[in-house]
Amino acid sequence: MAVKSVIEAVREAMREEMRRDERVFVMGEDVGWRGGVFLATQGFIEEFGEARVIDTPLAEASIMGIALGASFRGLHPIAEVEFADFVWPTVNQLIGEAARVCYGTDGKLNAPMTIRIPYGGGIRGGLYHSQSVEAYFFHTPGLKVVAPATPYDAKGLLKASIRDNNPVVFLEHKKTYRLVRGEVPEDDYVLPIGRAEVKRAGSSITLVSYGLMLHYCLEAAEQLAAEGVAQVEVVDLRTLRPLDTATVLESVKKTGKLLIVHEDNITGGVGSEIAALAADAAFDYLDAPITRLCGPDVPTMPFAQTLEDAYMPNTHKIAEALRTLAAY
Amino acid sequence: MELDRNMLLYLYRTMTTIRHFEERGIPETGQRGMSGSVHSSAGQEAVPTGICAHLTNEDYIGSTHRGHGHCIAKGVDPKLMMAELFGRVTGPNKGKGGSMHIADMSKGMLGTNGVVAASVPLAVGAALTSKLRRLGRVAVAFFGDGGANQGVLHECMNLASVWKLPVIFCCENNGYAESTPVEYALSTARVADRAAGYDMPGVHVDGMDVFDVFEAAGQAVQRARAGEGPSLLECRTYRYYGHTVFDNPLSYRTQEEQDYWRGRDPLLLFRERVAPGGLVSIDELDFMDLEAQELMEDAIRFADESPLPALEEIYEDVYVDYPLDLMRRGINLEV
Ligand SMILES: Cc1ncc(C[n+]2csc(CCOP(=O)(O)OP(=O)(O)O)c2C)c(N)n1
Ligand SMILES: [Mg+2]
Repeated sequence: MAVKSVIEAVREAMREEMRRDERVFVMGEDVGWRGGVFLATQGFIEEFGEARVIDTPLAEASIMGIALGASFRGLHPIAEVEFADFVWPTVNQLIGEAARVCYGTDGKLNAPMTIRIPYGGGIRGGLYHSQSVEAYFFHTPGLKVVAPATPYDAKGLLKASIRDNNPVVFLEHKKTYRLVRGEVPEDDYVLPIGRAEVKRAGSSITLVSYGLMLHYCLEAAEQLAAEGVAQVEVVDLRTLRPLDTATVLESVKKTGKLLIVHEDNITGGVGSEIAALAADAAFDYLDAPITRLCGPDVPTMPFAQTLEDAYMPNTHKIAEALRTLAAY
Repeated sequence: MELDRNMLLYLYRTMTTIRHFEERGIPETGQRGMSGSVHSSAGQEAVPTGICAHLTNEDYIGSTHRGHGHCIAKGVDPKLMMAELFGRVTGPNKGKGGSMHIADMSKGMLGTNGVVAASVPLAVGAALTSKLRRLGRVAVAFFGDGGANQGVLHECMNLASVWKLPVIFCCENNGYAESTPVEYALSTARVADRAAGYDMPGVHVDGMDVFDVFEAAGQAVQRARAGEGPSLLECRTYRYYGHTVFDNPLSYRTQEEQDYWRGRDPLLLFRERVAPGGLVSIDELDFMDLEAQELMEDAIRFADESPLPALEEIYEDVYVDYPLDLMRRGINLEV
C-alpha cells in the first residue's frame, strides 16, 4: 500500500468520486486554476474542466447557498471553504437551510452536498486561520459532521460523504494535511459515516478524541505504556454527528475511566456531550471523574506564540492528565 | 493640483515608511516563524497615503488583511505594529491580534481584519455614529477587488446611500483576490461602475499615483463632511509580492505584468512628478528613505526586546468585565 499524506488522500477521494459520478463537482474560491489554497484540487480543472471545477468570486454565503440549491436537483456539490474561520457567512445556508430542508419538506427535498472545511490551530495562524468550528455544526441536527485524523480515514470518509444524500460538514485539520502520513489503498473503498474506531486497545483508561489531537493522544498513550503507568485505549470518533455512542460506551465500561481531548473550546464542545453520555449510560462503571482536556474558553486563537502554545492541548498535557486519572 | 511643501513631504514620508515596513519587517516575521498571517502591501502605498492625508485622528478607517499601510497612513506607530507582528505585549493589541487585528482607537483605526469585507460594516457603523451624534467625522472602508464581491459590502453601500452617511468605500483593486483575476470575478468592467446601483459617485483612479488618489479622495471626503453621503473610490494598484509569503504569484500572473507595474512604482512616480517642481529636493526624499530604514531597525529591536505575553494573559479581555474566577479553565496552560 502506498503511504500518503492527508491532503493527498483528500485529493484522491475527490478525484475518484468525480471520475466515478459525473454529478459530483467542486466549487469554491481559488479551487480551479490555483488548485485550492491547500492544493486539495490540484490538477482537477485540467482533468474535469471549468464546468465541474468552479472558481467562485469571494462570496461564501452564495457559494454555500448555490451548492445547496444545486444539490436539490440531483447534483452532488463539494463546496470548499478556504479556512474554517470564513465559514460564518455560510451559517444561514448551512444551519438555517441545509440542515432543515429534508425535515421541513417531509423528505421531498434533500441536500446531497459536502462542505469541506480546513480547521484548527497550532500553525501560528492567529485569530483568523486557526479556529475549531465543530461545536456549531455538531449541535445541529440535520447535518452530518465528519472529522478524520488519518489519511486512510480521510479518503474513505470523504468518499462516503460525497455519496451521502445528506449535507455533510467535512472537517480537515489543516495541520494534519502534510504532517500526518499513512497507508492508503489504491482501490475504491468507503468507510461508514457514524462509526468510531479504537485506534489503540487498552484496559485502564479510555481516551476519546478526533482530528489532530488523536495523534497527540496516541503519543501520550504510548508514553504511559512505556512508563508502565497505564494501558490507555484510544477511541477516534472520526464522525462527530451521528455520534458512535456504542463504541465509546463499550470502552468506558471496560476501563472505568474517561478522558476526552479536543482543541475546540471546552464549554458546549463535543466533549460535553460525551461526558454527559458516559454519566448517563455508564455511571455504574466509572471509577474516576470524567475528565476533559480542551481548548480554553477564549473566543479565538490568540496570535502570540506563548498564548497559542498555552491554548493548544499537546502530548505532554495529555500525558499529565492521563497520569492523574491513572493515579485516581 | 497645488500641494504645499509640507504635504509633499508628508505624502512621501508615509509611503516610504510603509514600503520599508513591508520590505524589512515581513522577512523578519518569517525568521521568527510568525509570517503565517502577514500580507505585504508593497506597491499599494499610494492608496492609504493619498486617502488618509485628508483624515484626522478623529476620523475612522476600517481596514483589511493587507492593512499595514492603512495603519501607518492613519498614524499608528510602526514600532508598536512591529511588536504586534512579532506577538509581543507592547503591540497595540498586546500581541494577541497579530498583523490582521491591529487596532488603535487613539488614531481612529478600527482594525485590520482577516475576514474579507468584514470591516466594511464597522466603518459604516462608525459613520452612522458620527451622523447621529453630529461629530462631523468621516469613515473610510477599505476593501480589495475580492472584497468587492462580498454581499455585506453591497448591503452597506445601499444603507449608507439611503442614510446619506459620511463614508468612503475605497476599493484597492490590485488585480487579484489570491489567485483569482479581477476580470474573472467581477460582473462590471470596473468596481466603480457599481456605484450607479447605489446612487453614489463612483470614481476610478490610478492607485499608483498618490496625487490622483489624493485629489479624488479629497472630493469624496468633502462630500462626506458636507453631509451629502457616501462615495465609491476605486484605486487601481498592484501588490508586488504573492498573496502571502507562501504564495508564488508567477503561478497566476506573468513576469511582464509584474515588471510593468514595478515600472509604475508609487515612490518612483512621486519622484518623477515632484523633482522638476523644486518644492522638495531629491536629497530630501533620499533622506526620508534613510530615516524610514532606521525607523525599521529601531522597530525590530524594540519588538525583539519586548516580552511575549504571559500565559495568564490568555484569559484577559475576553469580556470587558467578567469575573475571572468564572472563566472556564479548559486546560493546563503550562506547555
Ligand atoms: C470571508 C473570507 N473568505 C476568504 C478569505 C481568504 N482570503 C484572504 S484574502 C483573500 C483574497 C482577498 O482579495 P482582495 O479583497 O482583492 O484583497 P487583496 O488580498 O488583493 O489585498 C481571500 C480569499 C478571507 N480572509 N475571508
Ligand atoms: Mg485584490
